[in-house]
Amino acid sequence: MANREPVKRGAERQRPADKPVADTSAAHAHKGAAKHRVDFVAEFKSWIRHHKSTARQSLQRLWLTPLPSFMTLAVLAIALALPGLMFVGLKNINHLSGEWKGDPRISLYLQKTLPAEEAERFSQKMLLRTDLAAVELVTKEQGLHEFQRISGFSDVLEFLDKNPLPAVVVVQPLDNQKASLSALQQALNELPEVEDAVLDMVWVERLSSFVRLANRVVLVLGALLALSVLLVVGNTIRLSIESRKDEIQVAKLVGATDSWVKRPFIYTGFWFGLIGAVIAWLFVEISLLLISTPVGQLVSLYQTDFELQRLGFIDSLSLIGVGVLLGLFGARLAVGRHLREIEPQ
Amino acid sequence: MIKFDNVSKRYPEGHDALRDVSFSLNRGEMAFLTGHSGAGKSTLLKLIMLMERASRGQVSIAGQDLAQFSRDDIPYHRRRIGVVFQNHQLLFDRSVFENVALPLHISGYDEEDIGKRVRAALDKVGLLHKEKLNPITLSTGEQQRIGIARAIVHKPQVLLADEPTGNLDPALSEEIMRLFMEFNLHGTTVLIATHDLALVSRMPYRTLTLDQGRLING
Ligand SMILES: Nc1ncnc2c1ncn2[C@@H]1O[C@H](COP(=O)(O)OP(=O)(O)O)[C@@H](O)[C@H]1O
Ligand SMILES: [Mg+2]
Repeated sequence: MANREPVKRGAERQRPADKPVADTSAAHAHKGAAKHRVDFVAEFKSWIRHHKSTARQSLQRLWLTPLPSFMTLAVLAIALALPGLMFVGLKNINHLSGEWKGDPRISLYLQKTLPAEEAERFSQKMLLRTDLAAVELVTKEQGLHEFQRISGFSDVLEFLDKNPLPAVVVVQPLDNQKASLSALQQALNELPEVEDAVLDMVWVERLSSFVRLANRVVLVLGALLALSVLLVVGNTIRLSIESRKDEIQVAKLVGATDSWVKRPFIYTGFWFGLIGAVIAWLFVEISLLLISTPVGQLVSLYQTDFELQRLGFIDSLSLIGVGVLLGLFGARLAVGRHLREIEPQ
Repeated sequence: MIKFDNVSKRYPEGHDALRDVSFSLNRGEMAFLTGHSGAGKSTLLKLIMLMERASRGQVSIAGQDLAQFSRDDIPYHRRRIGVVFQNHQLLFDRSVFENVALPLHISGYDEEDIGKRVRAALDKVGLLHKEKLNPITLSTGEQQRIGIARAIVHKPQVLLADEPTGNLDPALSEEIMRLFMEFNLHGTTVLIATHDLALVSRMPYRTLTLDQGRLING
Protein backbone atom coordinates (compact mmCIF):
# COMPACT_ATOMS: atom_id res chain seq x y z
CA MET A 1 0.00 0.00 0.00
CA ALA A 2 3.04 2.23 0.14
CA ASN A 3 3.57 3.13 -3.51
CA ARG A 4 1.40 6.08 -4.45
CA GLU A 5 1.30 6.50 -8.16
CA PRO A 6 -1.64 7.52 -10.32
CA VAL A 7 -3.30 5.10 -12.72
CA LYS A 8 -0.83 4.40 -15.48
CA ARG A 9 -1.14 6.55 -18.57
CA GLY A 10 -0.87 5.83 -22.27
CA ALA A 11 -1.04 2.34 -23.76
CA GLU A 12 -0.64 0.74 -20.37
CA ARG A 13 -3.99 1.92 -19.10
CA GLN A 14 -5.84 0.84 -22.24
CA ARG A 15 -5.60 -2.70 -21.00
CA PRO A 16 -8.58 -4.40 -19.48
CA ALA A 17 -8.86 -3.66 -15.83
CA ASP A 18 -8.17 -7.14 -14.56
CA LYS A 19 -4.59 -7.05 -15.71
CA PRO A 20 -2.39 -7.33 -12.65
CA VAL A 21 -1.51 -4.39 -10.46
CA ALA A 22 1.06 -6.47 -8.62
CA ASP A 23 -1.83 -8.56 -7.38
CA THR A 24 -1.19 -12.13 -6.40
CA SER A 25 -4.46 -12.76 -4.65
CA ALA A 26 -6.54 -15.86 -5.17
CA ALA A 27 -8.94 -14.08 -7.50
CA HIS A 28 -6.21 -13.86 -10.07
CA ALA A 29 -4.48 -17.13 -9.40
CA HIS A 30 -7.07 -19.33 -11.09
CA LYS A 31 -7.23 -17.40 -14.33
CA GLY A 32 -4.20 -19.12 -15.78
CA ALA A 33 -3.85 -18.87 -19.52
CA ALA A 34 -6.59 -16.29 -19.90
CA LYS A 35 -4.37 -13.82 -18.08
CA HIS A 36 -2.26 -12.99 -21.12
CA ARG A 37 -0.87 -9.53 -21.63
CA VAL A 38 -2.93 -7.61 -24.13
CA ASP A 39 -0.38 -6.29 -26.59
CA PHE A 40 -0.64 -3.29 -28.82
CA VAL A 41 -1.93 -5.23 -31.82
CA ALA A 42 -4.76 -6.77 -29.85
CA GLU A 43 -5.58 -3.36 -28.47
CA PHE A 44 -5.70 -1.87 -31.94
CA LYS A 45 -7.86 -4.73 -33.16
CA SER A 46 -10.31 -4.19 -30.36
CA TRP A 47 -10.42 -0.48 -31.20
CA ILE A 48 -11.19 -1.27 -34.84
CA ARG A 49 -13.75 -3.82 -33.75
CA HIS A 50 -15.51 -1.27 -31.62
CA HIS A 51 -15.54 1.22 -34.48
CA LYS A 52 -17.04 -1.35 -36.83
CA SER A 53 -19.71 -2.56 -34.45
CA THR A 54 -20.55 1.00 -33.39
CA ALA A 55 -20.90 2.07 -37.02
CA ARG A 56 -23.19 -0.86 -37.75
CA GLN A 57 -25.29 -0.36 -34.61
CA SER A 58 -25.67 3.36 -35.21
CA LEU A 59 -26.99 2.62 -38.69
CA GLN A 60 -29.39 -0.02 -37.37
CA ARG A 61 -30.55 2.40 -34.71
CA LEU A 62 -31.78 4.79 -37.43
CA TRP A 63 -34.24 2.11 -38.52
CA LEU A 64 -35.50 1.58 -34.99
CA THR A 65 -37.21 4.97 -35.20
CA PRO A 66 -38.00 5.09 -38.92
CA LEU A 67 -40.29 8.11 -38.99
CA PRO A 68 -38.14 10.62 -37.06
CA SER A 69 -35.05 9.38 -38.90
CA PHE A 70 -36.78 9.77 -42.22
CA MET A 71 -37.93 13.30 -41.43
CA THR A 72 -34.47 14.34 -40.33
CA LEU A 73 -32.99 12.84 -43.48
CA ALA A 74 -35.55 14.61 -45.66
CA VAL A 75 -34.72 17.98 -44.10
CA LEU A 76 -31.00 17.32 -44.50
CA ALA A 77 -31.45 16.20 -48.11
CA ILE A 78 -33.39 19.34 -49.01
CA ALA A 79 -30.94 21.60 -47.21
CA LEU A 80 -28.10 19.97 -49.14
CA ALA A 81 -29.91 19.68 -52.49
CA LEU A 82 -30.74 23.40 -52.68
CA PRO A 83 -27.13 24.61 -52.67
CA GLY A 84 -26.32 21.66 -54.90
CA LEU A 85 -28.83 22.84 -57.51
CA MET A 86 -27.73 26.45 -57.20
CA PHE A 87 -24.19 25.30 -57.67
CA VAL A 88 -25.07 23.44 -60.86
CA GLY A 89 -26.93 26.54 -62.09
CA LEU A 90 -23.82 28.62 -61.46
CA LYS A 91 -21.69 26.07 -63.18
CA ASN A 92 -23.87 26.35 -66.29
CA ILE A 93 -23.87 30.14 -66.23
CA ASN A 94 -20.11 30.19 -65.79
CA HIS A 95 -19.83 27.73 -68.63
CA LEU A 96 -22.03 29.79 -70.92
CA SER A 97 -20.48 33.13 -70.08
CA GLY A 98 -17.08 31.54 -70.57
CA GLU A 99 -18.04 30.71 -74.12
CA TRP A 100 -19.69 34.01 -74.85
CA LYS A 101 -16.71 35.97 -73.64
CA GLY A 102 -15.14 34.61 -76.82
CA ASP A 103 -16.64 37.30 -79.05
CA PRO A 104 -16.42 40.88 -77.92
CA ARG A 105 -16.46 43.09 -81.02
CA ILE A 106 -14.98 46.37 -82.03
CA SER A 107 -17.10 48.56 -84.31
CA LEU A 108 -15.04 50.79 -86.61
CA TYR A 109 -17.07 53.81 -87.75
CA LEU A 110 -15.39 54.96 -90.94
CA GLN A 111 -14.93 58.59 -92.04
CA LYS A 112 -18.20 59.76 -93.56
CA THR A 113 -16.34 61.18 -96.51
CA LEU A 114 -14.77 57.85 -97.37
CA PRO A 115 -16.03 56.58 -100.74
CA ALA A 116 -17.66 53.17 -100.89
CA GLU A 117 -14.77 51.54 -102.79
CA GLU A 118 -12.31 52.82 -100.17
CA ALA A 119 -14.49 51.31 -97.44
CA GLU A 120 -14.52 48.02 -99.32
CA ARG A 121 -10.72 48.12 -99.68
CA PHE A 122 -10.32 48.99 -96.00
CA SER A 123 -12.39 46.01 -94.91
CA GLN A 124 -10.26 43.75 -97.15
CA LYS A 125 -7.16 45.17 -95.51
CA MET A 126 -8.62 44.32 -92.11
CA LEU A 127 -9.17 40.75 -93.29
CA LEU A 128 -5.42 40.40 -93.77
CA ARG A 129 -4.65 41.34 -90.18
CA THR A 130 -3.54 38.42 -88.04
CA ASP A 131 -5.02 39.76 -84.79
CA LEU A 132 -8.61 39.60 -86.00
CA ALA A 133 -10.82 36.53 -86.12
CA ALA A 134 -13.61 37.94 -88.27
CA VAL A 135 -14.38 41.10 -90.24
CA GLU A 136 -17.77 42.27 -91.50
CA LEU A 137 -18.46 45.35 -93.60
CA VAL A 138 -21.76 47.15 -93.13
CA THR A 139 -21.95 49.69 -96.01
CA LYS A 140 -23.75 53.01 -95.76
CA GLU A 141 -26.64 51.55 -97.74
CA GLN A 142 -26.89 48.43 -95.61
CA GLY A 143 -26.80 50.58 -92.50
CA LEU A 144 -29.59 52.76 -93.79
CA HIS A 145 -31.59 49.75 -94.84
CA GLU A 146 -31.22 48.27 -91.42
CA PHE A 147 -32.21 51.56 -89.82
CA GLN A 148 -35.30 51.76 -91.97
CA ARG A 149 -36.24 48.23 -91.17
CA ILE A 150 -35.85 48.67 -87.43
CA SER A 151 -37.31 52.18 -87.13
CA GLY A 152 -40.14 51.83 -89.65
CA PHE A 153 -39.22 55.19 -91.25
CA SER A 154 -39.20 53.79 -94.75
CA ASP A 155 -39.04 57.17 -96.39
CA VAL A 156 -36.40 58.65 -94.17
CA LEU A 157 -34.44 59.85 -97.23
CA GLU A 158 -37.22 62.22 -98.11
CA PHE A 159 -36.22 64.37 -95.14
CA LEU A 160 -32.48 64.08 -95.65
CA ASP A 161 -30.72 64.94 -98.84
CA LYS A 162 -28.10 62.25 -98.34
CA ASN A 163 -27.41 59.13 -96.26
CA PRO A 164 -26.09 60.38 -92.88
CA LEU A 165 -24.77 57.00 -91.72
CA PRO A 166 -21.12 56.03 -91.91
CA ALA A 167 -19.96 52.69 -93.21
CA VAL A 168 -19.09 50.39 -90.33
CA VAL A 169 -16.58 47.58 -90.18
CA VAL A 170 -17.27 45.20 -87.30
CA VAL A 171 -14.23 43.18 -86.29
CA GLN A 172 -13.86 40.35 -83.84
CA PRO A 173 -10.46 40.25 -82.09
CA LEU A 174 -8.58 36.99 -81.64
CA ASP A 175 -7.19 37.88 -78.22
CA ASN A 176 -9.97 38.58 -75.72
CA GLN A 177 -7.81 39.72 -72.81
CA LYS A 178 -9.17 42.98 -71.50
CA ALA A 179 -5.82 44.78 -71.81
CA SER A 180 -5.10 43.66 -75.35
CA LEU A 181 -8.66 44.48 -76.38
CA SER A 182 -8.30 48.11 -75.43
CA ALA A 183 -4.82 48.25 -76.95
CA LEU A 184 -6.25 46.95 -80.21
CA GLN A 185 -9.12 49.40 -80.02
CA GLN A 186 -6.64 52.30 -79.71
CA ALA A 187 -4.52 51.05 -82.57
CA LEU A 188 -7.56 50.78 -84.82
CA ASN A 189 -8.72 54.21 -83.75
CA GLU A 190 -5.44 55.68 -85.07
CA LEU A 191 -6.08 54.40 -88.60
CA PRO A 192 -6.82 57.31 -91.00
CA GLU A 193 -9.97 55.67 -92.42
CA VAL A 194 -11.45 55.23 -88.94
CA GLU A 195 -13.42 58.02 -87.37
CA ASP A 196 -14.16 56.12 -84.19
CA ALA A 197 -13.44 52.62 -82.86
CA VAL A 198 -15.90 51.43 -80.21
CA LEU A 199 -15.20 48.39 -78.08
CA ASP A 200 -18.51 46.70 -77.63
CA MET A 201 -17.95 45.23 -74.17
CA VAL A 202 -20.65 46.59 -71.95
CA TRP A 203 -22.71 43.44 -72.10
CA VAL A 204 -19.69 41.24 -71.37
CA GLU A 205 -19.05 43.29 -68.27
CA ARG A 206 -22.69 43.11 -67.29
CA LEU A 207 -22.70 39.38 -67.66
CA SER A 208 -19.54 38.92 -65.66
CA SER A 209 -20.77 41.14 -62.84
CA PHE A 210 -24.02 39.19 -62.85
CA VAL A 211 -22.02 35.98 -62.58
CA ARG A 212 -20.01 37.45 -59.72
CA LEU A 213 -23.20 38.40 -57.91
CA ALA A 214 -24.72 34.98 -58.50
CA ASN A 215 -21.57 33.36 -57.12
CA ARG A 216 -21.79 35.46 -54.00
CA VAL A 217 -25.49 34.75 -53.50
CA VAL A 218 -24.92 31.02 -53.84
CA LEU A 219 -22.07 31.22 -51.35
CA VAL A 220 -24.18 33.04 -48.75
CA LEU A 221 -27.23 30.81 -49.20
CA GLY A 222 -24.99 27.74 -49.17
CA ALA A 223 -23.44 28.84 -45.88
CA LEU A 224 -26.88 29.42 -44.34
CA LEU A 225 -28.11 26.03 -45.47
CA ALA A 226 -24.94 24.36 -44.19
CA LEU A 227 -25.61 26.01 -40.84
CA SER A 228 -29.13 24.61 -40.84
CA VAL A 229 -27.74 21.14 -41.57
CA LEU A 230 -25.47 21.52 -38.53
CA LEU A 231 -28.38 22.57 -36.34
CA VAL A 232 -30.64 19.76 -37.54
CA VAL A 233 -27.99 17.09 -36.96
CA GLY A 234 -27.00 18.66 -33.64
CA ASN A 235 -30.57 18.71 -32.40
CA THR A 236 -31.28 15.16 -33.50
CA ILE A 237 -28.16 13.92 -31.73
CA ARG A 238 -29.05 15.91 -28.63
CA LEU A 239 -32.43 14.14 -28.47
CA SER A 240 -30.73 10.80 -29.03
CA ILE A 241 -28.31 11.49 -26.16
CA GLU A 242 -31.24 12.45 -23.94
CA SER A 243 -33.05 9.20 -24.72
CA ARG A 244 -29.96 7.11 -23.98
CA LYS A 245 -29.06 8.81 -20.73
CA ASP A 246 -29.41 5.64 -18.62
CA GLU A 247 -27.15 3.70 -20.90
CA ILE A 248 -24.52 6.45 -20.80
CA GLN A 249 -24.60 6.56 -17.01
CA VAL A 250 -24.22 2.80 -16.69
CA ALA A 251 -21.42 2.76 -19.25
CA LYS A 252 -19.52 5.49 -17.41
CA LEU A 253 -20.04 3.67 -14.13
CA VAL A 254 -18.39 0.52 -15.46
CA GLY A 255 -15.43 2.42 -16.88
CA ALA A 256 -16.36 3.79 -20.29
CA THR A 257 -14.11 6.61 -21.49
CA ASP A 258 -15.57 9.80 -22.90
CA SER A 259 -14.60 8.81 -26.41
CA TRP A 260 -16.20 5.39 -26.06
CA VAL A 261 -19.44 7.02 -25.01
CA LYS A 262 -19.23 9.62 -27.77
CA ARG A 263 -18.51 7.22 -30.61
CA PRO A 264 -22.05 5.96 -31.37
CA PHE A 265 -23.35 9.51 -31.58
CA ILE A 266 -20.54 10.61 -33.86
CA TYR A 267 -21.40 7.67 -36.12
CA THR A 268 -25.06 8.64 -36.04
CA GLY A 269 -24.03 12.09 -37.31
CA PHE A 270 -21.89 10.44 -39.96
CA TRP A 271 -24.79 8.32 -41.23
CA PHE A 272 -27.21 11.24 -41.25
CA GLY A 273 -24.70 13.30 -43.23
CA LEU A 274 -23.90 10.50 -45.66
CA ILE A 275 -27.44 9.31 -46.33
CA GLY A 276 -28.80 12.88 -46.43
CA ALA A 277 -26.15 13.83 -48.99
CA VAL A 278 -26.82 10.77 -51.16
CA ILE A 279 -30.53 11.61 -51.23
CA ALA A 280 -29.66 15.25 -52.00
CA TRP A 281 -27.49 14.05 -54.88
CA LEU A 282 -30.45 12.07 -56.24
CA PHE A 283 -32.68 15.16 -55.92
CA VAL A 284 -30.18 17.23 -57.90
CA GLU A 285 -29.65 14.67 -60.65
CA ILE A 286 -33.38 14.00 -61.07
CA SER A 287 -34.14 17.73 -61.19
CA LEU A 288 -31.48 18.17 -63.86
CA LEU A 289 -32.94 15.33 -65.91
CA LEU A 290 -36.36 16.97 -65.69
CA ILE A 291 -35.20 20.42 -66.79
CA SER A 292 -32.52 19.45 -69.27
CA THR A 293 -34.84 19.27 -72.31
CA PRO A 294 -36.61 22.64 -71.85
CA VAL A 295 -33.36 24.36 -70.88
CA GLY A 296 -31.68 22.87 -73.92
CA GLN A 297 -34.45 24.21 -76.15
CA LEU A 298 -34.22 27.64 -74.57
CA VAL A 299 -30.49 27.95 -74.83
CA SER A 300 -30.35 26.58 -78.36
CA LEU A 301 -32.24 29.69 -79.47
CA TYR A 302 -29.06 31.62 -78.72
CA GLN A 303 -26.35 29.08 -79.06
CA THR A 304 -26.09 25.94 -81.08
CA ASP A 305 -23.84 23.59 -79.19
CA PHE A 306 -25.18 23.71 -75.65
CA GLU A 307 -25.17 20.82 -73.25
CA LEU A 308 -26.51 21.16 -69.70
CA GLN A 309 -23.67 20.76 -67.21
CA ARG A 310 -24.44 18.14 -64.54
CA LEU A 311 -22.75 17.58 -61.19
CA GLY A 312 -20.09 15.24 -62.55
CA PHE A 313 -17.88 12.93 -60.52
CA ILE A 314 -15.82 15.43 -58.57
CA ASP A 315 -18.75 17.65 -57.61
CA SER A 316 -20.88 14.65 -56.64
CA LEU A 317 -18.08 13.52 -54.39
CA SER A 318 -17.77 17.02 -52.94
CA LEU A 319 -21.50 17.17 -52.21
CA ILE A 320 -21.35 13.87 -50.35
CA GLY A 321 -18.12 14.88 -48.61
CA VAL A 322 -19.67 18.14 -47.42
CA GLY A 323 -22.72 16.23 -46.15
CA VAL A 324 -20.56 13.80 -44.19
CA LEU A 325 -18.41 16.58 -42.73
CA LEU A 326 -21.46 18.58 -41.65
CA GLY A 327 -22.98 15.45 -40.08
CA LEU A 328 -19.79 14.68 -38.16
CA PHE A 329 -19.35 18.28 -37.09
CA GLY A 330 -22.98 18.66 -36.01
CA ALA A 331 -22.66 15.49 -33.94
CA ARG A 332 -19.42 16.74 -32.40
CA LEU A 333 -21.08 19.96 -31.32
CA ALA A 334 -24.02 18.16 -29.69
CA VAL A 335 -21.83 15.55 -28.05
CA GLY A 336 -19.34 18.10 -26.75
CA ARG A 337 -22.13 20.11 -25.16
CA HIS A 338 -24.28 17.38 -23.65
CA LEU A 339 -22.28 14.24 -22.90
CA ARG A 340 -19.98 15.66 -20.25
CA GLU A 341 -22.92 16.65 -18.14
CA ILE A 342 -24.24 13.10 -17.90
CA GLU A 343 -22.52 11.44 -14.97
CA PRO A 344 -23.63 8.44 -12.91
CA GLN A 345 -25.59 9.45 -9.81
CA MET B 1 -6.85 -2.11 -0.43
CA ILE B 2 -9.29 0.65 0.55
CA LYS B 3 -7.96 3.34 2.84
CA PHE B 4 -9.66 6.48 4.15
CA ASP B 5 -7.54 9.05 6.04
CA ASN B 6 -9.51 11.76 7.82
CA VAL B 7 -11.91 12.05 4.93
CA SER B 8 -14.67 14.66 4.96
CA LYS B 9 -17.22 15.31 2.27
CA ARG B 10 -19.27 18.46 2.12
CA TYR B 11 -21.78 18.78 -0.73
CA PRO B 12 -22.02 22.15 -2.45
CA GLU B 13 -25.24 22.94 -0.53
CA GLY B 14 -23.16 22.93 2.65
CA HIS B 15 -24.29 19.63 4.10
CA ASP B 16 -21.55 17.49 5.67
CA ALA B 17 -22.17 13.94 4.43
CA LEU B 18 -18.93 12.53 5.87
CA ARG B 19 -16.86 13.91 8.74
CA ASP B 20 -13.31 12.91 9.44
CA VAL B 21 -13.71 9.27 8.42
CA SER B 22 -10.67 6.98 8.74
CA PHE B 23 -10.51 3.24 8.22
CA SER B 24 -8.73 0.73 6.08
CA LEU B 25 -9.84 -2.49 4.50
CA ASN B 26 -7.21 -5.08 3.62
CA ARG B 27 -6.94 -6.87 0.35
CA GLY B 28 -9.35 -9.78 0.32
CA GLU B 29 -11.30 -8.50 3.31
CA MET B 30 -15.10 -8.26 3.41
CA ALA B 31 -17.02 -5.71 5.49
CA PHE B 32 -20.46 -4.17 5.95
CA LEU B 33 -21.12 -0.47 6.05
CA THR B 34 -24.21 0.36 8.09
CA GLY B 35 -25.96 3.41 9.47
CA HIS B 36 -29.27 5.18 9.36
CA SER B 37 -30.61 6.57 6.15
CA GLY B 38 -28.63 9.70 5.28
CA ALA B 39 -25.67 8.62 7.40
CA GLY B 40 -23.32 8.88 4.42
CA LYS B 41 -23.02 5.26 3.22
CA SER B 42 -23.67 6.01 -0.45
CA THR B 43 -21.40 9.02 -0.29
CA LEU B 44 -18.55 6.87 1.00
CA LEU B 45 -18.98 4.41 -1.89
CA LYS B 46 -19.19 7.28 -4.40
CA LEU B 47 -15.84 8.59 -3.16
CA ILE B 48 -14.29 5.20 -3.90
CA MET B 49 -15.84 5.21 -7.39
CA LEU B 50 -14.73 8.80 -7.97
CA MET B 51 -18.34 9.75 -8.60
CA GLU B 52 -17.63 12.37 -5.97
CA ARG B 53 -14.38 13.73 -4.64
CA ALA B 54 -13.39 14.16 -0.99
CA SER B 55 -13.50 17.70 0.39
CA ARG B 56 -10.72 16.92 2.86
CA GLY B 57 -8.52 13.94 3.67
CA GLN B 58 -7.24 11.18 1.46
CA VAL B 59 -8.92 8.18 -0.15
CA SER B 60 -6.59 5.58 -1.59
CA ILE B 61 -7.23 2.36 -3.46
CA ALA B 62 -4.47 -0.21 -3.88
CA GLY B 63 -2.07 2.39 -2.52
CA GLN B 64 -2.98 5.04 -5.08
CA ASP B 65 -4.22 8.40 -3.86
CA LEU B 66 -7.46 9.05 -5.75
CA ALA B 67 -6.95 12.81 -5.58
CA GLN B 68 -4.20 12.39 -8.15
CA PHE B 69 -6.52 10.88 -10.75
CA SER B 70 -7.55 13.27 -13.48
CA ARG B 71 -10.91 13.09 -15.20
CA ASP B 72 -9.29 11.02 -17.95
CA ASP B 73 -7.99 8.47 -15.44
CA ILE B 74 -11.39 7.82 -13.89
CA PRO B 75 -12.64 5.20 -16.41
CA TYR B 76 -9.51 3.09 -15.92
CA HIS B 77 -9.88 3.37 -12.16
CA ARG B 78 -13.51 2.24 -12.34
CA ARG B 79 -12.60 -0.82 -14.38
CA ARG B 80 -10.88 -2.39 -11.36
CA ILE B 81 -14.02 -1.99 -9.28
CA GLY B 82 -17.37 -3.73 -9.56
CA VAL B 83 -20.48 -1.97 -8.28
CA VAL B 84 -23.98 -3.15 -7.47
CA PHE B 85 -26.71 -0.64 -6.78
CA GLN B 86 -30.12 -1.03 -5.26
CA ASN B 87 -31.69 0.43 -8.37
CA HIS B 88 -29.71 -2.15 -10.31
CA GLN B 89 -29.50 0.04 -13.44
CA LEU B 90 -30.02 -2.73 -15.96
CA LEU B 91 -30.72 -1.68 -19.54
CA PHE B 92 -34.03 -2.95 -20.81
CA ASP B 93 -33.27 -2.42 -24.49
CA ARG B 94 -30.98 -5.48 -24.61
CA SER B 95 -30.71 -9.05 -23.41
CA VAL B 96 -29.38 -10.29 -20.09
CA PHE B 97 -26.23 -11.40 -21.91
CA GLU B 98 -25.62 -7.96 -23.40
CA ASN B 99 -26.19 -6.29 -20.04
CA VAL B 100 -23.54 -8.43 -18.40
CA ALA B 101 -21.19 -8.07 -21.39
CA LEU B 102 -21.19 -4.26 -21.26
CA PRO B 103 -18.13 -3.81 -19.00
CA LEU B 104 -16.17 -6.26 -21.18
CA HIS B 105 -17.09 -4.44 -24.39
CA ILE B 106 -15.99 -1.21 -22.76
CA SER B 107 -12.68 -2.71 -21.67
CA GLY B 108 -12.08 -4.04 -25.19
CA TYR B 109 -12.24 -7.81 -24.79
CA ASP B 110 -12.72 -9.87 -27.95
CA GLU B 111 -16.03 -11.58 -28.69
CA GLU B 112 -14.92 -15.09 -27.86
CA ASP B 113 -13.47 -14.04 -24.53
CA ILE B 114 -16.61 -12.05 -23.76
CA GLY B 115 -18.85 -15.08 -24.40
CA LYS B 116 -16.84 -17.24 -22.01
CA ARG B 117 -16.64 -14.67 -19.24
CA VAL B 118 -20.28 -13.61 -19.41
CA ARG B 119 -21.45 -17.24 -19.21
CA ALA B 120 -19.11 -17.89 -16.30
CA ALA B 121 -20.52 -14.86 -14.46
CA LEU B 122 -24.14 -15.81 -15.21
CA ASP B 123 -23.41 -19.33 -14.08
CA LYS B 124 -22.11 -18.04 -10.74
CA VAL B 125 -25.35 -16.19 -10.05
CA GLY B 126 -27.37 -19.16 -11.31
CA LEU B 127 -28.98 -17.47 -14.30
CA LEU B 128 -27.08 -18.99 -17.20
CA HIS B 129 -30.32 -20.30 -18.73
CA LYS B 130 -31.78 -16.76 -18.92
CA GLU B 131 -29.04 -15.12 -20.95
CA LYS B 132 -31.21 -14.50 -24.01
CA LEU B 133 -34.14 -12.95 -22.12
CA ASN B 134 -34.81 -9.28 -21.66
CA PRO B 135 -34.14 -8.42 -17.99
CA ILE B 136 -37.52 -6.72 -17.76
CA THR B 137 -39.13 -10.17 -17.82
CA LEU B 138 -37.19 -11.28 -14.71
CA SER B 139 -38.12 -10.99 -11.04
CA THR B 140 -36.55 -8.35 -8.78
CA GLY B 141 -34.26 -10.92 -7.19
CA GLU B 142 -33.15 -12.19 -10.57
CA GLN B 143 -32.53 -8.65 -11.81
CA GLN B 144 -30.39 -7.99 -8.75
CA ARG B 145 -28.37 -11.11 -9.55
CA ILE B 146 -27.89 -9.91 -13.13
CA GLY B 147 -26.59 -6.65 -11.68
CA ILE B 148 -24.15 -8.66 -9.57
CA ALA B 149 -23.05 -10.72 -12.57
CA ARG B 150 -22.33 -7.46 -14.43
CA ALA B 151 -20.34 -6.17 -11.45
CA ILE B 152 -18.09 -9.23 -11.25
CA VAL B 153 -17.81 -10.25 -14.91
CA HIS B 154 -14.45 -8.53 -15.34
CA LYS B 155 -13.11 -9.99 -12.08
CA PRO B 156 -12.65 -6.68 -10.27
CA GLN B 157 -10.24 -6.35 -7.36
CA VAL B 158 -12.88 -4.55 -5.35
CA LEU B 159 -16.62 -5.17 -5.21
CA LEU B 160 -18.89 -2.45 -3.82
CA ALA B 161 -22.61 -2.84 -3.19
CA ASP B 162 -25.09 -0.17 -2.14
CA GLU B 163 -28.20 -1.62 -0.50
CA PRO B 164 -28.06 -4.73 -2.68
CA THR B 165 -30.87 -6.38 -0.73
CA GLY B 166 -33.05 -3.29 -0.35
CA ASN B 167 -36.16 -4.64 -2.04
CA LEU B 168 -35.71 -8.33 -1.32
CA ASP B 169 -37.29 -10.63 1.22
CA PRO B 170 -35.03 -12.22 3.86
CA ALA B 171 -34.55 -15.50 1.98
CA LEU B 172 -33.48 -13.74 -1.24
CA SER B 173 -31.30 -11.38 0.79
CA GLU B 174 -29.45 -14.31 2.31
CA GLU B 175 -28.94 -15.76 -1.13
CA ILE B 176 -27.46 -12.52 -2.43
CA MET B 177 -25.18 -12.26 0.61
CA ARG B 178 -23.96 -15.77 0.04
CA LEU B 179 -22.93 -14.72 -3.48
CA PHE B 180 -20.85 -11.88 -2.06
CA MET B 181 -19.24 -14.23 0.44
CA GLU B 182 -18.33 -16.55 -2.38
CA PHE B 183 -16.62 -13.80 -4.39
CA ASN B 184 -14.80 -12.79 -1.24
CA LEU B 185 -13.56 -16.36 -0.83
CA HIS B 186 -11.98 -16.01 -4.27
CA GLY B 187 -10.01 -13.02 -3.00
CA THR B 188 -12.13 -10.04 -3.98
CA THR B 189 -12.25 -7.18 -1.48
CA VAL B 190 -15.93 -6.60 -0.71
CA LEU B 191 -17.68 -3.62 0.90
CA ILE B 192 -21.47 -3.73 1.27
CA ALA B 193 -23.56 -0.77 2.39
CA THR B 194 -26.83 -1.81 3.99
CA HIS B 195 -29.19 -0.73 6.74
CA ASP B 196 -30.46 -4.29 7.20
CA LEU B 197 -28.95 -4.74 10.67
CA ALA B 198 -30.66 -8.07 11.24
CA LEU B 199 -28.93 -9.50 8.20
CA VAL B 200 -25.57 -8.01 9.18
CA SER B 201 -25.75 -9.42 12.66
CA ARG B 202 -26.11 -12.94 11.27
CA MET B 203 -22.92 -12.57 9.23
CA PRO B 204 -19.45 -13.06 10.70
CA TYR B 205 -17.92 -9.98 9.14
CA ARG B 206 -16.48 -6.67 10.22
CA THR B 207 -19.04 -3.86 10.41
CA LEU B 208 -18.33 -0.16 9.87
CA THR B 209 -21.08 2.01 11.28
CA LEU B 210 -21.74 5.58 10.22
CA ASP B 211 -23.77 8.06 12.20
CA GLN B 212 -24.36 11.56 10.84
CA GLY B 213 -21.30 11.14 8.66
CA ARG B 214 -19.03 10.01 11.50
CA LEU B 215 -17.58 6.54 11.74
CA ILE B 216 -18.59 5.36 15.22
CA ASN B 217 -17.44 1.78 14.95
CA GLY B 218 -15.02 0.23 12.59
N1 LIG C 1 -25.61 14.98 -4.46
C1 LIG C 1 -25.90 15.43 -3.22
N2 LIG C 1 -26.01 16.75 -3.00
C2 LIG C 1 -26.28 17.23 -1.76
N3 LIG C 1 -26.45 16.46 -0.70
C3 LIG C 1 -26.35 15.14 -0.84
C4 LIG C 1 -26.07 14.56 -2.12
N4 LIG C 1 -26.02 13.20 -1.96
C5 LIG C 1 -26.26 12.98 -0.65
N5 LIG C 1 -26.47 14.14 0.02
C6 LIG C 1 -26.73 14.26 1.46
O1 LIG C 1 -25.65 13.67 2.14
C7 LIG C 1 -26.12 12.91 3.25
C8 LIG C 1 -25.64 11.48 3.11
O2 LIG C 1 -26.32 10.89 2.03
P1 LIG C 1 -26.03 9.39 1.58
O3 LIG C 1 -24.58 9.25 1.43
O4 LIG C 1 -26.89 9.12 0.40
O5 LIG C 1 -26.55 8.58 2.83
P2 LIG C 1 -27.03 7.06 2.92
O6 LIG C 1 -26.59 6.37 1.67
O7 LIG C 1 -26.33 6.54 4.14
O8 LIG C 1 -28.48 7.08 3.08
C9 LIG C 1 -27.63 13.04 3.24
O9 LIG C 1 -28.00 14.03 4.19
C10 LIG C 1 -27.95 13.50 1.87
O10 LIG C 1 -29.07 14.34 1.89
MG1 LIG D 1 -27.73 5.40 0.24
